[in-house]
Amino acid sequence: MDDPHLNRDVLVALQEVMEDEYPMLLDTFLADSEERLSLLRQQKDAGQLMETAHSFKGSSSNMGAVRLADLCHELEHRAKEYPPSDLQKLIREIDLEFAVVRPLYEAERERSLFEKATVRRF
Amino acid sequence: MTAVQTPFESLTVLIAEDSAADRLLLSTIVRRQGHEVLTAANGAEAVELFRQQRPQLVLMDAMMPVMDGFEAAQQIKALAGETLVPIIFLTSLTESEGLARCLEAGGDDFLAKPYNQVILAAKIKAMDRLRRLQATVLQQRDQIARHHNYLLNEQRVAKAVFDKVAHSGCLNAPNIRYLQSPYALFNGDLLLAAFTPAGDMHVLLGDFTGHGLPAAVGAMPLAEVFYGMTAKGYGLSETLREMNAKLKRILPIDMFCCATLLCLSFQRRSVEVWNGGMPDGYLHNIASDERTPLTARHLPLGVLSPETFDDRTEVFPMAVGDRVFLLSDGVIDTCDADEQLFGVERLHQVFAANRQPEELFEEIEQALRDFRGEARDDVSMVEVSLLDATQMRPPTLVYSDSGQSCPLDWSVSFEFRAASLKRFNPLPYLLQLLLEVHGLRAQSGALYSVLAELYSNALEHGVLGLDSSLKRDASGFARYYQERNARLDALHSGYVRVHLEVVPTGEGGCLSIRVEDSGKGFDIARVMERPAENVRLSGRGVNLVQQLGRNASWSDNGRSARVEFFWDALA
Repeated sequence: MDDPHLNRDVLVALQEVMEDEYPMLLDTFLADSEERLSLLRQQKDAGQLMETAHSFKGSSSNMGAVRLADLCHELEHRAKEYPPSDLQKLIREIDLEFAVVRPLYEAERERSLFEKATVRRF
Repeated sequence: MTAVQTPFESLTVLIAEDSAADRLLLSTIVRRQGHEVLTAANGAEAVELFRQQRPQLVLMDAMMPVMDGFEAAQQIKALAGETLVPIIFLTSLTESEGLARCLEAGGDDFLAKPYNQVILAAKIKAMDRLRRLQATVLQQRDQIARHHNYLLNEQRVAKAVFDKVAHSGCLNAPNIRYLQSPYALFNGDLLLAAFTPAGDMHVLLGDFTGHGLPAAVGAMPLAEVFYGMTAKGYGLSETLREMNAKLKRILPIDMFCCATLLCLSFQRRSVEVWNGGMPDGYLHNIASDERTPLTARHLPLGVLSPETFDDRTEVFPMAVGDRVFLLSDGVIDTCDADEQLFGVERLHQVFAANRQPEELFEEIEQALRDFRGEARDDVSMVEVSLLDATQMRPPTLVYSDSGQSCPLDWSVSFEFRAASLKRFNPLPYLLQLLLEVHGLRAQSGALYSVLAELYSNALEHGVLGLDSSLKRDASGFARYYQERNARLDALHSGYVRVHLEVVPTGEGGCLSIRVEDSGKGFDIARVMERPAENVRLSGRGVNLVQQLGRNASWSDNGRSARVEFFWDALA
């Protein structure tokens, strides 16, 4: 796997399963993720951090966002041991990683829509 | 090996997952596998959806807002009750503690993120198999329970009907003690007792092959024959032959009835025994404290054809207080933990240790418990003791006719010749004829006893020429009856004649009975001289006839006996 951020095989499989709903799945994931990031930034309490990181980890892994999933996994574990204030650096890292993958998913979305249009045309 | 193919059946699958993307992905996968999908975003929604739509399978995220997956799983399992609703936890939990919590909450399996379609399809299929298996088990359990209740009800009805038949006898007579489980009938055990018109007592302990209703069905016809024929005055031989023929006719080939039949005669102080396939019974002589085994000499009832059936009985003398003890094979066939049989030896040890005859049953039961470690419910025992004839009061018979057509002035003569004497017992017919006369009914016991005595004297001492002095001791008693059977088998000439005459006298009437035989006769004067006390086992007949009838007399060198019965105006 060349791309350390995104597992392209996972995307191929997802497109196969979702067919026409593939762009919607990508949209949903991006919207979900925005929501979770804002929750993480609030750093309310350890419990909430842990749960959010856990869910984020799950859906990231389903979507092939490999590094994002790893970072969330780390946060989930650290949140058990350290106060939220100590985790700011890690949360920022997650934020940055999402900033990296977000355009990749948006590009994938455009590609799939274009592909569909092309297929239809011929 | 080929796996059992269940036809694909679309399931309704509930997906509870708070992450919208995961929910969308998972529901698309499951739908594409051909199932209906319901979705919930938290545990509370999942429980509510389950309550409304009863999906057959649940995919449940562990961590969810509002209500988490653990709590939701518990509530859904509780709602599902006995029905198996498999719950597969969706989790990226890796710690064993978290996985254990899923199982404790009622989870049946896990599915890790990222989802793998192939594994998910396989898990849904496996869980569906489990679900169907559980449904089948529940269905069969309910079916078994229904059948069981049905069977119990049938048994209750059968037992109620049978108790009516069985208890028409005299098991509550003062000389009978018995022990039987309340459902012995369904172990195939059968105990019957009834008085003959002469005041003798017939007792049957039977054991049908098998268990349950099949073992009980033969009991009804057997009891009918037993009571019907005993009440009409038939002897053991005729009753046995009829029971055997009936069972042979109605029972399937592998079913039969082991049985011991007794005829206890309080007047003659003897017991007549036929044992077909039962364990040894015992005749307990109290004076000598000896027990004579009453061994099976025949095949069970319902095995042989009427032509080959052997109705031969043995007769033993008894003294007042002597007891006959019969038992079912449940006693000696009791096994201990090592498959060892209780056996006859141990039974004899219990006999030997017994001090109070009244406690014998309890001692045997205790010995069985000690031996086996627990009590059995298929043990039947009965003990019949010989009381003095005056202590036994057979119940008075009830007649249903009004008496308006009662015959009062008639006579009739019979001659029974060799071929009939061998196999026909005319006494029940003669008695039935006489009991048409209402005035005689009150004396039916005495009447039957006298008729029976005169007839057997004419047959045994007259026609067969047997010497009654043979019966002086116990071994001679047995020899006497062996000889009787042998001579009867060989008989080709001779007769017994019975003359009955009824005449009205004022408001009442008189019956005279005359019995003649073709034998050599006997010295009447010498028999009359013998004091009654000396004739313990022989010569009882003459005394009996003199005591029970009026104006008894013998003529033609003892070949002709005459006796009369009188009655007054009926109340």
